[in-house]
Amino acid sequence: MRTDLLTAPVDGLDEALAAVDAFDDALVAGLLRPRTSDGAGPEALAVAVAGTPLAARVAEAAGKAAAGAAGEDHFVALAAARTALLGSVHDALLIRVEQATGRSGAEGEPAAPGERQAANLLTAARAWLSDLARCGWQGLDHDVVSGAAEVVSAMLPDPALRRLATLLDGFAAELAASCPGTAMERVPVRRWADLWSRGMMLTVPGAAGAPPTGTATGRLLPLGVDLREHATAAQAQVHAVFEPADGSAPRLVRAGVSAPKPDTVVGAGIWQLLRPHMSLLAAAGEGRSMDLTDMPVTDEGDLLWSDGHARPGEPADPFATARVALPTATGPATAPLDRHPARIAVPVFLEGYSAGTEDDGTVTFTVSGTALTVDTDLIPVAGPLTPRAVATSSACIGLLRWDAGTFGIQPLAVETTVRRKVVAVHAGAWAGGTEDKVGVKGEKAATDTVKVLGERAGRLLRK
Amino acid sequence: MSNWERSSTARVVPPARPRKLAKVPFVELADGRLQGVVSSGSDIGRVYVSSVAAGSYAFACSTNNNRPCGGARGSFCNHIAALVDQAVLQYGPERVARYLKIDLPDGEPDASGLRQAMALTRPAPDDAKAAAAVFSRFLRHLAYLELAPVTTPLPEMQFFPPTRAAA
Ligand SMILES: [Zn+2]
Repeated sequence: MRTDLLTAPVDGLDEALAAVDAFDDALVAGLLRPRTSDGAGPEALAVAVAGTPLAARVAEAAGKAAAGAAGEDHFVALAAARTALLGSVHDALLIRVEQATGRSGAEGEPAAPGERQAANLLTAARAWLSDLARCGWQGLDHDVVSGAAEVVSAMLPDPALRRLATLLDGFAAELAASCPGTAMERVPVRRWADLWSRGMMLTVPGAAGAPPTGTATGRLLPLGVDLREHATAAQAQVHAVFEPADGSAPRLVRAGVSAPKPDTVVGAGIWQLLRPHMSLLAAAGEGRSMDLTDMPVTDEGDLLWSDGHARPGEPADPFATARVALPTATGPATAPLDRHPARIAVPVFLEGYSAGTEDDGTVTFTVSGTALTVDTDLIPVAGPLTPRAVATSSACIGLLRWDAGTFGIQPLAVETTVRRKVVAVHAGAWAGGTEDKVGVKGEKAATDTVKVLGERAGRLLRK
Repeated sequence: MSNWERSSTARVVPPARPRKLAKVPFVELADGRLQGVVSSGSDIGRVYVSSVAAGSYAFACSTNNNRPCGGARGSFCNHIAALVDQAVLQYGPERVARYLKIDLPDGEPDASGLRQAMALTRPAPDDAKAAAAVFSRFLRHLAYLELAPVTTPLPEMQFFPPTRAAA
């Protein structure tokens, strides 16, 4: 991998992010009151998209916002401008990733999302997000934040609204934990603006839900599992190389399962919520391939998993997959609205680096003179992989990501030497179950938690 | 500005720590209160809804059928004590103290230290009548168990990385 390309400046990046930052900074104080016209805040977004089809709507919205008179449609327009700018940042970064990895992405645009209903809930979500924009992060109080609870509760049972519901649920929990806004010592300025804009875009009917555009028949070779979680949701996503049975070119695909959860189900206990719904987790945990027959797949490379279209295949070592199959696989396309730097998660295989640990504990892999930061905080506690194993590793399967101005590696698995023997340690090794002491303890705790809550639910919910 | 402020995946809320739920099935720091649901020691069908307000430590405890708890007339009852203890297990003492605005004496804070610090201010009973709201939040929490997992992609979860940092 040409790691030197990952640290070189990207043309136009700073300018785009400066406009984003100007808007994000305005959300800290909120858009309720008129602003002095200084070219910053919403105006910066309008200037940045002046040459695009969004120009007129965003200019109007920025004007209204500067006057403290923005309505919901104006907020949507501003969120769209911010999303477009970060989309361009995403594209520029992804080109850089393709140059560095030598892997090309898919050609063409993914299929447009499908239409769907439940417009009243989308409207309610938009009203809440608009309230947030008006009061600003410093103006947060419990009244404003609690406005999300009813909307989220109504949306969560509908799988078609799960994306927005899960986003708002995690966002509202962070806001609630940070109330009152006046007492905050620091504000996650970009993050909350990201979550806010993303929520706003998803309130546009039909914005979410990439339809399947084909089916996959062939061999699926797992590379690793990426676990994501907030207090009341978890998702496990398997990154894999798919080799079509018809002999066409291998592709990078993903398959995920997600579940809402009580906040007290944590750590290794999360697997048991997800495991029963995707047999691929057990296969990935065991180091097995799977044979797919007519599995629905989107243009974004997401398999819409259902166990009926898959059966366990031969053992397949992820490191063999990473060494042999990964370099030949093509990457997927990204849906226009999903283009955001945080979405970049490109499977890579690294070896021949020197792993080191800096004074502050940061682990780095130095590849041909360039040090890449390894984000060891992304290693879930629900697995046997540890920062220490990463820091002493000699080969790594990881996801190349970008955040806060730099590229970094999220380790999914490493090869490290224990007593003169090379052993592989996988972050997702417990996905299908484990006999490890810590893992067993975590699973038992979650089983007990679910049992107690289930018993309470039986007595109280159905009275 | 620091990297944290310009990070899309900055960690804002540390994950809850595992704890046994039998005695206190529900605890949360929300609506300006430490609030939750405590099992009755004697009647399996009964629960107490208990709360302590941030800043004033105004306290309340009643059954889910709105009968006041006999132990919570002049000071914290055993249910509220259990609530504080379990909150400290779930969120860590610092986060509970910060949320409730408790000025901690020096040294390592613990649950009994937090309870004592609040009791010393002689808090008054809370007339906010939040029990119904707290109880409905508990029911909402229970409903999470009944929601079906999905295998459709949730790209938004890319914004919610795990963290190894405990509360
Ligand atoms: Zn009581």
